[in-house]
Amino acid sequence: MSNQPMGNQTNIWPLWEVFVRSSRGLSHVHAGSLHAPDAEMALRNARDLYTRRNEGVSIWVVPSEAITASDPDAKGSFFESPQGKDYRHATYYTKSEGVKHL
Amino acid sequence: MNAAPTPSHPARTDHSLDSFGDAAASATRVTPGNALRPEDIAIQTERPSDDVAQYALRLGDDSLVLAQRLGEWISRGPEIEEDIALGNIALDLLGHARSFLTYAGHAWGKSEDDLAYWRDEEEFRSAWIFEQPNGDFGVTIARQLVVAVYQCLLYARLVGSADSTIAAISAKALKEVDYHRDHAIQWTLRLGDGTDESHRRMQAALELMWPYVDELFDDDELVERVGEAGVRPSTLRAEFDAEIAAVLDEATLTLPAVPRARGGGRRGEHTEHLGYLLAEMQVLARKHPGATW
Repeated sequence: MSNQPMGNQTNIWPLWEVFVRSSRGLSHVHAGSLHAPDAEMALRNARDLYTRRNEGVSIWVVPSEAITASDPDAKGSFFESPQGKDYRHATYYTKSEGVKHL
Repeated sequence: MNAAPTPSHPARTDHSLDSFGDAAASATRVTPGNALRPEDIAIQTERPSDDVAQYALRLGDDSLVLAQRLGEWISRGPEIEEDIALGNIALDLLGHARSFLTYAGHAWGKSEDDLAYWRDEEEFRSAWIFEQPNGDFGVTIARQLVVAVYQCLLYARLVGSADSTIAAISAKALKEVDYHRDHAIQWTLRLGDGTDESHRRMQAALELMWPYVDELFDDDELVERVGEAGVRPSTLRAEFDAEIAAVLDEATLTLPAVPRARGGGRRGEHTEHLGYLLAEMQVLARKHPGATW
């Protein structure tokens, strides 16, 4: 089977990113990735790979190629700009007189 | 199990949340759940009658033999993900086998290991389909389709068994074989309605597996004797046929018209394949009796 083409051009199944929401979690968290021939089978493979120990109550799968990622080399310009911009934090501001419950 | 409920020996075993050690699962530990485990069955005070034990032995042997067969796929799956899927299914089946064999052995003072490792071929009560070789991936999926649809229908009925332990094991097994069924159907659809080659192989796989279907639905004297503790297999046939027909139709496959194999697994008569399977499964336990790890 491994050398039987499953898709049109390639004999490797496409890659999927798996997001699992745990029973105690509020949002889906990236759990890992896997290969599967289509979305339905990706969900099932994700169930087998990432919810073996009662971890999850919900799974999302997303084609890896549908994800646009930030460039790791552009880390400086992307993520360091907020540094020094204290005014973006609430703690920068002094409390006005008479304001309660802050 | 004809015993009337008494305060000291309730007929229905307590499988509630508080009855197992895992009930105290903490927030920092993932709970393995509260389903019935073989370890719980081993310490039960209730013992099945000989007939019910023989019936449980059949159910256990079906699952044990197929678990061993599916285990052969590990490291040989078409993709590592499918390797894991088949391995998972095998382990589910092994779990069912452990519960049923533990319960059956309870009647005869034997452990699950005594029954799994120290019986010979003619003492196994599994039907022929379970011991058939894996073949290519299509053959394995054809066998999975038949077995999983059958076991789903069977366990759905056994949940109402008059024997509370068989009912409890079946309730746990049902959720798992329901997933096996889904897995087999998904693949049958993809292989049947996939490429010309996958369609050809899937149809050939069905032809290969179909002679073993009828045996699953044969009634016999033991089934009559256990009565409400078990299920008459013939009563599952109509639903099985309807479900299989719908799947094959959607998968553009044809229901094979082939003569049935003789069968006889329920009487201990097997195809030539079971002996080799058991030799591999039992060699370690027999070479080092009593060894643990």
